[in-house]
Amino acid sequence: MAAPLHMRTPLGRVLGRGAAKSGTEHFWHQRLTAVANVPLTIAAIAILITLVGRNQAAVAQILGSPTVAIIMLLFVVSITIHMRLGMAVIIEDYVHDDSTKLTLLIANTFFSIAVGLASVYGILKLSFGL
Amino acid sequence: MLTMMMSIVHRITGFGNYFGTLLVAWWLIAAASPNAYGRFQWFASSWIGRLILFGYTWSVIHHMLGGIRHLIWDTGRGFGPKEREWLAAANLIASIAITLVLWIFIMLTMGVA
Repeated sequence: MAAPLHMRTPLGRVLGRGAAKSGTEHFWHQRLTAVANVPLTIAAIAILITLVGRNQAAVAQILGSPTVAIIMLLFVVSITIHMRLGMAVIIEDYVHDDSTKLTLLIANTFFSIAVGLASVYGILKLSFGL
Repeated sequence: MLTMMMSIVHRITGFGNYFGTLLVAWWLIAAASPNAYGRFQWFASSWIGRLILFGYTWSVIHHMLGGIRHLIWDTGRGFGPKEREWLAAANLIASIAITLVLWIFIMLTMGVA
């Protein structure tokens, strides 16, 4: 009988989920948001540049206008998903104590969601004038 | 050598950008009220605020260009020894150049040169 070509079990190969049991989802979402972040970041910087030096009323009006608000919402959602994935990799690479790692991964998710939703709240408030 | 250094810089700028989003959130929330926006503008025009925002601008642009480099690599291209060094150098030079151009524009707009 020929020696096996690899160490992975047939079931493991079919499921294709790897050691972290999450398959390629992390990699894919990381790349997907990376691709989205490029035009969104350029657009966000362009918006920011046009707002520099303007007073609060003008900034609020422009940020709350439909096109600008939608671009900023997409920007904020995409970067916060991307940064959560990136920080998770940093934590997994450098923190080897299991309980510290878990605590930091939880904190990472909480921070990313909190800062993301706070930004979304800011944009929606300007859009709807609440 | 430069390629190696740029790999860790990509991670460091990503780490910095992570906390930089706090400034984005602050700016967006502050924009709703004149008082809150005044406080943000006071911070943004202070010495330390400018330094932080300048660093954040470079960090975001550098990470974005580095990310484009990674996306090129994802297609299986750009792995030759010369290409790697060239991409790393272009990444660094372009990020500094773009940041400086943006900030010269910002300073001119603000009328504080």
